[in-house]
Amino acid sequence: MALFKKKIASGVDTTTNAAETPDKEQPFKELGLKEDEYARIREILGRRPTSAELAMYSVMWSEHCSYKSSKIYLRQFGEKVTDEMKKHLMVGMGENAGVVDIGEGWAVTFKVESHNHPSFIEPFQGASTGVGGIVRDILTMGARPIAVMDQLRFGAVEHPDTARVVHGVVGGISFYGNCLGLPNIGGETVFDRVYQGNPLVNALSIGALRHEDLKLAIASNPGDLVVLFGARTGADGIGGVSVLASESFDSERPSRRPAVQVGDPFAEKVLIECCLELYKANVVAGIQDLGGAGLSCATSELASNGNAGMRVQLQKVLKRDESLTPEEILMSESQERMMAIVPKRDRKKFEAIVNKWEVEFSILGEVIAEPRLYINWGKEEIVNVPPRTVAHDGPVYERPVAYPSYQDSLNADTVHSRGLYRANDSGTDLGAQLWQIVTSPNQASKSWITDQYDHYVGGNTALAMPDDSGMIRVSETSGLGVSIATDANGRFCQLDPYQGARLALAEAYRNVAVGGAKPLAVTNCLNFGSPENPEVMWQFKQATAGLADGCLELGIPVTGGNVSFYNQTGDVAIHPTPVVGVLGIIDDVARRVPSGWQDAGNNIYLLGVTRDELDGSVWADVIHDHLGGRPPVVDLANEAALADLLHGASLQGLLESAHDLSEAGLAQALVESCFRFGMGARVWLDEICERDNVDRTCALFSESTGRVLVSIGREDDVKFMGLCEARGIPVLRIGVTDASGEIEIQDVSTFDLEEMRTAFKATLPALFG
Amino acid sequence: MKIGVVTFPGTLDDRDAARAVRLAGGEPVSLWHADTKLQKVDAVILPGGFSYGDYLRCGAIAAQAPVMKEIIKKANQGLPVLGICNGFQVLVESHLLPGGLIRNEHQHFICRDQKLRVENVDTVWTNQFELNQEITIPLKNGEGGYIATSEELARLEGEGLITFRYLEVNPNGSMNDIAGLRNARGNVVGLMPHPEHAVEPGFGPDTNVAMRSGVDGLLFFKSALNALVNA
Repeated sequence: MALFKKKIASGVDTTTNAAETPDKEQPFKELGLKEDEYARIREILGRRPTSAELAMYSVMWSEHCSYKSSKIYLRQFGEKVTDEMKKHLMVGMGENAGVVDIGEGWAVTFKVESHNHPSFIEPFQGASTGVGGIVRDILTMGARPIAVMDQLRFGAVEHPDTARVVHGVVGGISFYGNCLGLPNIGGETVFDRVYQGNPLVNALSIGALRHEDLKLAIASNPGDLVVLFGARTGADGIGGVSVLASESFDSERPSRRPAVQVGDPFAEKVLIECCLELYKANVVAGIQDLGGAGLSCATSELASNGNAGMRVQLQKVLKRDESLTPEEILMSESQERMMAIVPKRDRKKFEAIVNKWEVEFSILGEVIAEPRLYINWGKEEIVNVPPRTVAHDGPVYERPVAYPSYQDSLNADTVHSRGLYRANDSGTDLGAQLWQIVTSPNQASKSWITDQYDHYVGGNTALAMPDDSGMIRVSETSGLGVSIATDANGRFCQLDPYQGARLALAEAYRNVAVGGAKPLAVTNCLNFGSPENPEVMWQFKQATAGLADGCLELGIPVTGGNVSFYNQTGDVAIHPTPVVGVLGIIDDVARRVPSGWQDAGNNIYLLGVTRDELDGSVWADVIHDHLGGRPPVVDLANEAALADLLHGASLQGLLESAHDLSEAGLAQALVESCFRFGMGARVWLDEICERDNVDRTCALFSESTGRVLVSIGREDDVKFMGLCEARGIPVLRIGVTDASGEIEIQDVSTFDLEEMRTAFKATLPALFG
Repeated sequence: MKIGVVTFPGTLDDRDAARAVRLAGGEPVSLWHADTKLQKVDAVILPGGFSYGDYLRCGAIAAQAPVMKEIIKKANQGLPVLGICNGFQVLVESHLLPGGLIRNEHQHFICRDQKLRVENVDTVWTNQFELNQEITIPLKNGEGGYIATSEELARLEGEGLITFRYLEVNPNGSMNDIAGLRNARGNVVGLMPHPEHAVEPGFGPDTNVAMRSGVDGLLFFKSALNALVNA
């Protein structure tokens, strides 16, 4: 063993060696760096990089870590903001997660992140470490993580590979999230063949903290100790960043399974409690989690953020495998590790706490004033770089953008131009379409998935699936809480990425509002194809502009997010899928509104106007397997007015229930409102058709925005109508709730509620159970 | 009345259990797995979670923790102990209750509002229920399938030690629909479902009256306080 070690040590590529052997060929291409990027590294250093430096630059300059293709577009999230929007923002973009002031001395931090590529190769570990990674981001801000959510996109249900991915991903999220003790309070699941070879696994976490507990990833005080703690460093995830997340899958290459990280939620749970105790004892000056790019990222970002440097002894790193090379140690993405900057005077206190939790740690070095990162392997210097050049001054690309060649014909191919069959004259056919739609995989109950997640742990869950948003109590004394909803409709984004992003924003915003909360801030996870494809870059440009403009219009800032490119199989990109998460605040969670009717004899009202908007709809997909035309129009001023009405009505306790209308329109909202508590309804469509000049197919299935279905107690009718009138929100009474056990849609069909709910719940178990 | 709530590394529902004690009118006291003294508590709750990552077998390592040595000793002398989910697994691994808990027969973790029948009200933890009362509390586990030898099952049935039985749905393939047990003395009770998640209106299971308003779990903790006051 000693011999072996010696051999490695002697083979180390030192900075002196690098200066002496300028012409040595280096595998920069294999590490994902381009020719000009490699040339720039040589220019920065004034010599060729050592192999350790090359490893660091290659992971940190990868698309995943450097945002080199997206940076120029992401800037607008910081630019298109008003002072009013920044009022509640304690930490904005650029940190591990944004932090928002929610009052009473409380703040929350939240973020959504992708783990798409690992989840296709190894769905169970890919999804579980996705949860683990986002939770550490939240923890890093000084917050106690309080909930998780996940946004999933799988291939077609009938494809033979889909079940493998579904079982693995759902099992991984269930395993990791449940073992961490974080309630899973919502999310999305979509099946579409465009995600067949490239499923999307996004994970969101939210955390709560007192204002004074805020922590940042910063190392600024010379002499402070650089401490690595948590799990040991192993060979997992090496090259995960550069090789996995930044290149498309290509069937001709060898298996990349070893590059996927392996998670241990028990280690993470202990790490969470250990960190929270360290924060409470006030013994860390800065903290950073180790995720993508591992130690390369943590050391360079901490130093760069603090305008300082570090001296690090890499041999001090505790390893699972003694044969790891320095380069591998720097690139390893082993999970459940954190790096803390600890003032020397607090060393004893720090050690006592980590020892209490039986967490292993090692002191790697210390912070220095000179803005330079020195890493030694024993006596040999293997890294000597300005940390900013690694962490923040990576390449920035203005990639070519091209309007897609297919776009005009796609937009011209509408439901109308195709003359797709509408079943308006035949109630039986319409009823059959409704049944077919609500029991289709995308519209059917997701309880087969969500029943595998613990949504009770913590005792603060006020709303969770199947309600429109998840809501968590933050203060047990006042009832202050937050809610969150995420949305993205890839089909709409394919038709028009600018409007598609605004539609996702509008829907998430509305979903927060129907629960009784006030929308406050936005996070996003932008899932797209290859940035090297100009048509994909156009989609990205449009979607980011749409989202930034939309946020400005609604007056809620983007606090952070994540970009995932290269989501494609071969040359075929996924539909652009910008997942938008909206955070809301509620002064007392006792006021929250459920998504279904609770009592018989209440009036059912439809808020908003229905237009003939079936292009890109669920109806076009399920009934006609069609995608074309233009997505529904978004009127954000109208969404804001609607949210204001819902907030006002919930403050007065007028809303028995409220359900957003989106996928599959009124039909879906109606049946889900019935299924929630098993309460039936009698509904008529004539007045919608008459007032809005639409046919019954539209009344049931149009996906016009700005609409909500509410139920109101009869005694509150007058008050509620008054509120609607005062705000100019169109409102129609379209039915009543009743305990008949039926869903009757006049002139269409009458369904047995239990029979339909049974079918609604049976779809996913039949496919995957 | 002081009720100890044990935290092992990997315990998740300790804060929930402490809240439940508080809402029932008791005083929760945190106990750490490495403690050797029980701080003079009048009863102990082993909460849910994944103690020590469920490595080896659920509850197996926790059963060997320093704090358990004292709890086992005192439980055998009559100290009231309630084991919930992972806590039930710890009780079984500690031989305070018989049988074993294995992977759910459908192989998935399951979280659902579970209906139970309380079949024994002569215990410290169930004396406030009515015999055969039907209650609904959350259930959430991956390894909740109760097993025992046929002789053991016959003994449990014969001696009336089965305290909770699943109604309508057997969520994990437990033998004889067993959800929870008591010991002969009635001071030790273990069950897979989670009473501590049904103690506060707004955060429990849905009921016919209102969403998330179920508080059937509160009576577990009130039972213990009642038993302790009258002891």
